[in-house]
Amino acid sequence: MIDTRQTLETPEGTDLSLHPAGFWIRSLAYTVDWLLRIVVVIAIGIVFGASGIGQGLTLVVYFLMEWFYPVFFEVWYGGQTIGKKSFRLKVINDDGTPVTFAASLIRNLLRVVDFLPGFYVTGILASLCNRHFKRLGDLAAGTLVVYAHPVAANPPLENVGSRPVPEDFSTDEQRFLLAFAQRSSTMSAARQAELAQVLAPVLGAGDPVLTIKQMANHIVGNRASRGDPTA
Amino acid sequence: MKQTAFEQLHSPTWRALEDQLQLLEKGGKPSPEAQQQFAALFRKVCHFHALAQERHYSSFLVDHLDNLVSRAHQQLYRRKHPIRQPLIRFVVSGFPALVRAERRAVMWAAVLFVSPLLLFFIGGQIAPELVYTVLSPGQTADMESMYDPANKVLGQARDSDTNWGMFGFYIYNNISVAFRTFASGLLLGVGSGFFLTYNGALIGAVSAHLTNVGFTTTFFTFVVGHGSFELTAIVLAGAAGLKLGYSLLAPGQMSRLNSLKQASHTAIGLVYGVILMLLIAAFIEAFWSSNNLFAPWQKYSVGGFLWTLVLGYLIFSGRGRGGSA
Repeated sequence: MIDTRQTLETPEGTDLSLHPAGFWIRSLAYTVDWLLRIVVVIAIGIVFGASGIGQGLTLVVYFLMEWFYPVFFEVWYGGQTIGKKSFRLKVINDDGTPVTFAASLIRNLLRVVDFLPGFYVTGILASLCNRHFKRLGDLAAGTLVVYAHPVAANPPLENVGSRPVPEDFSTDEQRFLLAFAQRSSTMSAARQAELAQVLAPVLGAGDPVLTIKQMANHIVGNRASRGDPTA
Repeated sequence: MKQTAFEQLHSPTWRALEDQLQLLEKGGKPSPEAQQQFAALFRKVCHFHALAQERHYSSFLVDHLDNLVSRAHQQLYRRKHPIRQPLIRFVVSGFPALVRAERRAVMWAAVLFVSPLLLFFIGGQIAPELVYTVLSPGQTADMESMYDPANKVLGQARDSDTNWGMFGFYIYNNISVAFRTFASGLLLGVGSGFFLTYNGALIGAVSAHLTNVGFTTTFFTFVVGHGSFELTAIVLAGAAGLKLGYSLLAPGQMSRLNSLKQASHTAIGLVYGVILMLLIAAFIEAFWSSNNLFAPWQKYSVGGFLWTLVLGYLIFSGRGRGGSA
């Protein structure tokens, strides 16, 4: 399947799947964080800026916001700054464990280089050159920005009966069928037919759209009148 | 085994895990028995997840188990971040031992910083126009007014409000400079090398210029104290950056990526120390260096003491404790 899913073997001998996040959504999250930081610094500056000690305080807050704001949230709030949380992203270590302090500090200090020559151009280029969308800071720190448990919203499937899936369909291929059936409500009938036609040779006789939907029903276990198996 | 039977048989196990995860993710503390069971439960669900994948069970089930496994993985491998104990150990032995272990990088950084400093300090006195290769006339004028003895009355202290303000400024400015010096080492060491050389040249030129105009006492009594921590810290930040660059240039038996990862996790230890040193330097600079209540000989002695302290600490502290860095 063409998506960003990556697998990672754990010490327990099973494969975790991770969905690394690309630069665009990360830029959006960064923008949210950036605005928040600016607002905090300006607010402190306005409230305390009148005295020498207040100006010192403002500079210290500015310093902390610039360098330690992301570290603080990544380490103590589950890998999510406020911006990342609002886009359901999180930072983890390469091995799928929660990000450590050292790794978080490294990736955030090295932002300086990722930012060069402006607007994170280096970081964006670097993230386009590897499968995990890592910017240089992530590469050096051994961290990864992933979608935080993408809970698959399960649109109800049309109840069109069920049909067994051919047994040589892999899990990924089954995912295709299911994804098609679940997204079909957002597509016109003509577009559905056009897409399903691609699979017609492997699906056997009959209307491919209907066949796929029936197989999808089979996949999620709608064939028997039992309830949702995994609820 | 058919999927239906599999689910009926084992779903209580993953439901139990899911309940615990929900509790843990909300920051709750499970009962001691539940805590004991967690790892076993997690391993079972990992096993089910692998089985479900292997047996081509429906992707819906695989995804659900996958989600549980990732979440449990995050909980099981969560680390505590204790601060006090490791910090004390780091200050007493870890940091100086690390500096010694990385002495090659530290030496290079020191050379890159000190040689332009000496070059401009000595050269600037022989040929005063050399100063203007790194300083603009405006800057030298600023420096002159800052350290003009006429503007500073001996026996007078700056008021504490200004001191606190400057303390904030030094933290913001100096630590940011150190961070940039470190981070730019990722550019094959060039960035760190540049910042070290440039700052060395700048400091050398300023010293030479102020010596030429005869403001030595006001200038050197000001810088001698905090210079011990500040200049050493800048060199160490540069050393950490050079280490990053070197790991990319000469990765040895490792891939460049692994070499960089390993080097950055070592180098960040130096950065921790640099942060602490610069906090101390900012404090000294704001509250002691600016204080004119003391006679020059007193400031020079304290400065000498601080230099001995810093270098002695880095060279001798934590030896023979078996503390590996």
